[in-house]
Amino acid sequence: MAGGAIRFHYDVSGSEFSLAGTASADVKAQLKKMGVPSDAIRRAAIALYEGEINLVIHAGGGAIDVDMAPGVINMAITDEGPGIPDIDLAMSEGYSSASDEVRNLGFGAGMGLPNMKKYTDSFDIQSQVGKGTSITMSVRY
Amino acid sequence: METLFHSVILDKDRCVGCINCIKRCPTGAIRVRDGKANIISERCIDCAECIRICPHKAKQSRYDSLDILKKFDYTVALPPPSLYAQFNNITDKSILIEGLKAVGFDDVYEVATAAEYISAATRVFMNSTGAEFPVISNACPAVVRLIALRYPGLIPNLLPMLTPVELAGKLAKKLAVEKTGLPPERIGCIFISPCPAKVTANHSPIGLEHRVVDGSVAVKEIYPALLREMSAIGSVSGEVSALAVPPGRVGIGWGESGGESAALFSTEKYLAADGIENVIGVLEDIESKRYRGLEFVELNACPGGCVGGVLQVENPYIAKAKLNRLAKRLPENRVRLDAEVTAVVNVERTVSYDPAMELGGNAQENYERYIQLQEILAGLPGIDCGSCGAPTCEAFAEDIVKGKAIRENCVVIMREKMEQMLDAFYNHSVEKGGCDKNDNC
Repeated sequence: MAGGAIRFHYDVSGSEFSLAGTASADVKAQLKKMGVPSDAIRRAAIALYEGEINLVIHAGGGAIDVDMAPGVINMAITDEGPGIPDIDLAMSEGYSSASDEVRNLGFGAGMGLPNMKKYTDSFDIQSQVGKGTSITMSVRY
Repeated sequence: METLFHSVILDKDRCVGCINCIKRCPTGAIRVRDGKANIISERCIDCAECIRICPHKAKQSRYDSLDILKKFDYTVALPPPSLYAQFNNITDKSILIEGLKAVGFDDVYEVATAAEYISAATRVFMNSTGAEFPVISNACPAVVRLIALRYPGLIPNLLPMLTPVELAGKLAKKLAVEKTGLPPERIGCIFISPCPAKVTANHSPIGLEHRVVDGSVAVKEIYPALLREMSAIGSVSGEVSALAVPPGRVGIGWGESGGESAALFSTEKYLAADGIENVIGVLEDIESKRYRGLEFVELNACPGGCVGGVLQVENPYIAKAKLNRLAKRLPENRVRLDAEVTAVVNVERTVSYDPAMELGGNAQENYERYIQLQEILAGLPGIDCGSCGAPTCEAFAEDIVKGKAIRENCVVIMREKMEQMLDAFYNHSVEKGGCDKNDNC
């Protein structure tokens, strides 16, 4: 536990819907045990869940890294998927590039990225087509 | 800390100290200590999962005996809708009402009628600006306790009303006072309870200042006498006298999972989940905002809803079929919500977060304890065998952090220690020319 922070790493498998959400659920459980205020837990859980779903739907898998220190939850979501050609468009509410197949499953309504931004205190997204996407965000309390 | 009242209790003589209940408890509220499965009062939600699973009948429920009727000058039975489903061939509830009077009650107020008022008031509330979507039903006290313990972020979503039992208690008391002229404290409104959670909630209502139901007897306890009296009565013609308007399909429907949400008519954006594990799954998802557009959530800790309560006698699924058969013959809705009832239904309910699941201390201490917990957990076998008396290695680590257990309670760690000691012993023995541990001398 270097520097007093607690780190969790999750490898998220692509296209395995039944496992989507397990990483964010575990982080939520850990935060509760840490005694983090419920509003902060809720915001982190919502943002992380969206990110985790994106990894499954769009990126074919990736990784989630969370470090928790008193007062702040830092989250990083990285993948080596197709990348996002137009981030501004992807950030607009209602836009979705999910396939019909996926939408029929009830995911990919296009609220992912704006929701992540809305519920976190800082949000940064870097993406390169063909290389992948990396999101860092944090919730402070 | 003040000890909470719980109806779920341990019969120490029957408990053999096995791990069935500790594994099943949804709040991790049981530890086997000194060979007995003790309940951690602060964490218990009276959901009765331990009663369901215990093979030795060591987990039981407290409730009032019928002797409680002697404490009052006038008594009113409050039968829940699920009670009708405990008997065969009930096509007319009148016989049950007469049966309750024959058992010793002076009067009857059907909880299903109060439930119909709650349904009407909920429909009004759902259209008001004060509703926090999804609105979560507060009718199952085990669920409300669970939310107070584990999902504080969802407390504002709880329906801010009396529960059907409580409303029945209040209205019955008022009507009985008018009818008899007796002072309220001489009138006893007694619930016929399908579950321990409602026994507990009537004793100490969550978020209300005063109790409104004077006692709770168990369905299984009153059942033999009631059945006897009902058989003796045989049949009843016409409407019988009772304090309340008889309920329709809507009120009766509350006896099973899905009944409360179906009574909202106006919305299809609802969900009804039953069984404590399913309830937890739904609460986790709502907390993470996974369902968009959801407006109402009905949650029942027991499988099938109240028909599945552990104090019932009939199989929950048979009971469901019976309830549906009875409901089919009734009109949809019998009550009208007037201003008087509205004023009683809507109450200030202050459900507050109960930090019993936390590691304790202020934010910094809690954090340090969490780090300590992770370090301890890393050194445990991770097989969640339960032999230490805690349900999981993580719960055991938590107990160590809180000073309630020591690492050596872990049988795997103890075995390793024993092996090390034996190795040391035999090495010493071989050095001295004695035998090794395989008896080679």
